Amino acid sequence: MASEQIKAKDSAEGVKKPSLPVGTKVVVEANALEALIAALLKSGYKPIGPKVRDGAIVYEPLTNASELPVGLSDDQDGGRYRIVEGTQGSFFEYLVGPYGWRRYLFPQKQKMWAANRTDKGLDIEPAEKDIPSYAFIGVRSCELEAIKIQDKVFGYGRESHPEKGIFSDPGYVARRSKALIVAVNCMRAGKTCFCSSMGGDPHMKEGQGFDLVLSELGAGQQNHRFVVEIGSERGAAVVERLSYHNAQISDFDAVKAQAEKARAQMGRKMVPNVKELLARNLRHERWDEVGKRCLSCGNCTMVCPTCFCTTVEEKTDLVGNHHERWRAWDSCFALDFSYIHGGVIRRESRSRYRQWMTHKLSNWHDQFGSSGCTGCGRCITWCPVGIDITEEARAISESDGAVSQKQD
Amino acid sequence: MTQQPAHKDGHCSCHSGDESPMHPRPYRVLEVSRELSDTFSMSLTPEDGSSVIFEPGQFNMLYVFGVGEVPISISGDPSNRSVLVHTTRAVGSVSAALNEMKPGATVGVRGPYGSAWPLEPAVGMDLVFVAGGIGMAPLRPAIYQAMAERHKYGNIAVLYGARTPEDILFAKELQRWRSRFDIDVQVTVDRATGHWPGRVGLVTNLVALSGFDPDNAVAYTCGPEVMMRHVVNALHDRGVPYDRVYLSMERNMKCAVGFCGHCQWGNQFVCRDGPVFRYDKIVDALNTREL
Repeated sequence: MASEQIKAKDSAEGVKKPSLPVGTKVVVEANALEALIAALLKSGYKPIGPKVRDGAIVYEPLTNASELPVGLSDDQDGGRYRIVEGTQGSFFEYLVGPYGWRRYLFPQKQKMWAANRTDKGLDIEPAEKDIPSYAFIGVRSCELEAIKIQDKVFGYGRESHPEKGIFSDPGYVARRSKALIVAVNCMRAGKTCFCSSMGGDPHMKEGQGFDLVLSELGAGQQNHRFVVEIGSERGAAVVERLSYHNAQISDFDAVKAQAEKARAQMGRKMVPNVKELLARNLRHERWDEVGKRCLSCGNCTMVCPTCFCTTVEEKTDLVGNHHERWRAWDSCFALDFSYIHGGVIRRESRSRYRQWMTHKLSNWHDQFGSSGCTGCGRCITWCPVGIDITEEARAISESDGAVSQKQD
Repeated sequence: MTQQPAHKDGHCSCHSGDESPMHPRPYRVLEVSRELSDTFSMSLTPEDGSSVIFEPGQFNMLYVFGVGEVPISISGDPSNRSVLVHTTRAVGSVSAALNEMKPGATVGVRGPYGSAWPLEPAVGMDLVFVAGGIGMAPLRPAIYQAMAERHKYGNIAVLYGARTPEDILFAKELQRWRSRFDIDVQVTVDRATGHWPGRVGLVTNLVALSGFDPDNAVAYTCGPEVMMRHVVNALHDRGVPYDRVYLSMERNMKCAVGFCGHCQWGNQFVCRDGPVFRYDKIVDALNTREL
């Protein structure tokens, strides 16, 4: 598996060995994004990046820089998202929208395989043949962490051990291996952001896993530019197709100042030791309270960049000779999610909200060795009633051990 | 997971490294036999002629062309390397379709998956199998294995509870086992019908009556959750500690390979960490409502 990943990484770019070493920081002019997208297309990548659609900034295929949300920002809070005017000419002043990158690595609907009825019985054919080489433009630090969390679920970068029940998803591994990550450091933080208290940071760290990371500086001014840090040889090969010059001390200082400003703007904060806090409060009275507010709509699970639950759908042709099995995103807030013969296990909203929140913040550690939350704040923004995961955790923390009257 | 390692050589020979773990393999139906009014057993054999290898307590995902896929525990004899037997109730669309299948038909199989009933730690000790209703199906392979290695164990007790005399699963086999002198088979029903001359009452009563040595016994139980909770308490009352009691859980499953998330139970994936759990490791989970 490991050697295959390396092969896949090489195949997207290929040709000559780049001369810019990993870790190098260079500066490109703001208008270089046009050349960047062109270079990616020319190198065989399928660029995906931010675009405005239906009143939100989402990630969709890009063909040129004019499609980017230039000069736009957003205003987010619990249950609220608005696109607003930003600094003139800025490209990445907005923060994360409703889409995560998982919809490309782990599509909402995906054919698992097809089966044909033959004289001999069943003939099963695999579904995925042409895996695209995506180039993700504008991946934020919290989003890259979310991708790395899903890597552990679907087996990218780890061995599979069928004998221990540890499997890999070949489609995910193939898409992830080929994907180029052009990350962006956050120019600011929003009211629903809390990556700092989840062990993250609005700016990327060296070796975090990006191929390139851009820091946008001087938006709206004469010296509008990007500092580009090279994170991989594949990333270097793309930069070499652009016109760049060496970064100055002043550029580094400006990036550092931007990071500090964003950290200070962090709108929300997760309470410490939340894994243990939730594990010992499964019978807390707060679950009853939040269960009354929660609509069980599942929005939080649809916008969460780490949620991975799926259901399966059967599709058969009218003759009954061709059958397809599809996998589709599911939500633990759906009533039939926990159905077994005899009934539904999690009948009440409180149980379903508890499942989601304890999974993200507590059980995930036991299952995958990290939190399932990166502090992106999407679940807060897109909750129609503004339920705030940080506030729920704080409420439990402030009355640690308060037991519900509903007896378990 | 510090649970007893369930998998030995040959587990899940179906998946090589690159193949999707979601691809079923074709098996041919040998026989579908009616066990009870709503319960049937299905015998299968791999179309590619490979061996049937599983451990008692494991399950497979069975797929019916055009209908869907369901997890079903294996109920056959683990020493039989050519025939795979499942026993289930025809309660959903897939199990009903399985029930209708004729010999020669093709079924898709993925697996075997999950943890097994660990008989190894019970060598030299008494074995207590406590089953309720269809819960006898996943326990039967372990009973077969224990009988095949009879000399390894002390007393063997099989305690079984059914709703009515008409609901006694594998009745002929229970009678056959009961005729042996080296196993204690006790059967009770919740409600007597017709001319039932046997015992009436809960299966937990049998735990109190059976002649195993609680200081030197390992117990294995499968049935409805409420029944298993009472069985664990009855065993505990007899003096069997929680770390010598194993039980098998059922949860919704769409994939059985840790991807779909449906079978989560606290921090466990029932498909991977279970279905067989040692009771002391899941006390809190089993006693938390709607977890």
